[in-house]
Amino acid sequence: MDMETLYRGIREGRRRAVARGLSWIDEGQARGNDLVGRLFPHAGNAHVIGITGAPGVGKSTLVNALTLQLRRNHQSVGILAVDPSSPFTGGAILGDRIRMQDSVDDGGVYMRSLASRGHVGGLSRATFGAMTLLDAAGFDVVLIETVGAGQAEVDVMRFAQTVLVVLAPGLGDDIQAIKAGILEIGNIFVVNKGDREGSDRTIRSLRSMLGLAHPQAWVPPIIKTSADRGEGVEELAQAIAGHRTYLVEHAIWGQMREHQAENLLEQALQDIAADIAKDRRLQDTWQKSVSQIREGQPAPHFARELMAQWLKATAEGE
Amino acid sequence: MNRMIRVLVAKPGLDGHDRGAKVIARALRDAGMEVIYTGLHQTPEQIVDAALSEDVDVLAISILSGAHPTLVPRIMELLRGNELEDMLVLLGGIIPEEDVPAMMDAGVRQVFGPGTDTQDIVEYIRQNKGMQ
Repeated sequence: MDMETLYRGIREGRRRAVARGLSWIDEGQARGNDLVGRLFPHAGNAHVIGITGAPGVGKSTLVNALTLQLRRNHQSVGILAVDPSSPFTGGAILGDRIRMQDSVDDGGVYMRSLASRGHVGGLSRATFGAMTLLDAAGFDVVLIETVGAGQAEVDVMRFAQTVLVVLAPGLGDDIQAIKAGILEIGNIFVVNKGDREGSDRTIRSLRSMLGLAHPQAWVPPIIKTSADRGEGVEELAQAIAGHRTYLVEHAIWGQMREHQAENLLEQALQDIAADIAKDRRLQDTWQKSVSQIREGQPAPHFARELMAQWLKATAEGE
Repeated sequence: MNRMIRVLVAKPGLDGHDRGAKVIARALRDAGMEVIYTGLHQTPEQIVDAALSEDVDVLAISILSGAHPTLVPRIMELLRGNELEDMLVLLGGIIPEEDVPAMMDAGVRQVFGPGTDTQDIVEYIRQNKGMQ
């Protein structure tokens, strides 16, 4: 498929085009960046919801139940589920579809598994582009499920308008809950497996921890769910809609586009830095820099030198 | 970063044994591929929808129940209906030797029976994906 066919297919919401476009973005080459650039002006309508939390709290099951609820509310749903890649082989087993089968059997739902491919922060490098694509393809809601890892998976707040932090009873004591990061990014807290013993205690300790946080205009609600039975999911959908209303009324919704454009730029900068580090034309300078840094020289000096050489070599090459 | 090889490991029909499928999934992961596993009891429609949505290069089907004469042609028919006839389709599990020609006629590119070295499957995929 060429760029034009792909672009039009995505704008018309065609599944095959959406799937192929996501592969382009995932491979991290120029054509993927070009595609994201063309689609970006058409994005900004979807409600992007990030779902994060430790492994085993039931994120995939919750995404499945939430998707079924959103479909009952007549919203179309695009799902991106990120699973970790092996740091050794780069391979991955992506198993989130297993728990999402009920909701995925529906023309109004599209789900894609992404491997983190060495990116830290709970998402893959391609997640932002992938989200932009699903948004431009016309999905009302885009759900992003992060790698289940714990306390540093805060990337999602930079992309999503609403972040759900999912907890479950019996996983870690109260001290875990005051750790910075994950508790500060939640717009809505979900205590899943609510039918299990200890869920009320988890809610109480969460409530007291959140009470210690700085007072804000938006007070994050705590919703108890049993996602495998669909319990509490209707309330969760209402809380999500409530957060959207809050963002729109406080003019925060519109500002997110600005942040997202900034994010594209930041990512492009990071990509250039990665290109420089791998550039074989700079190998000699790289080696010399490494030995000088070992002798006690400051690294930023050599980074600037590499960058200057790269710019020069690239300009000459064009 | 280059395009990774993406493989869907699928278990259609009613048989409840996915040990083999999991062993394959793991071997392919260890060979640096991205493997999507969707669990047991998948219908041909679910499998083809997953293959399309995940834009995989390879569809690896495992069947132990003996239902391959009905399931496999149905999957191939749905692939063609979705313009996915170029996909590299592999079949594993318990497939009697006399059934293999019919499976190949239906569009399966290779059948891997019990006792196959997983490394042979890895090599087969590396050599044949993208060569359709």
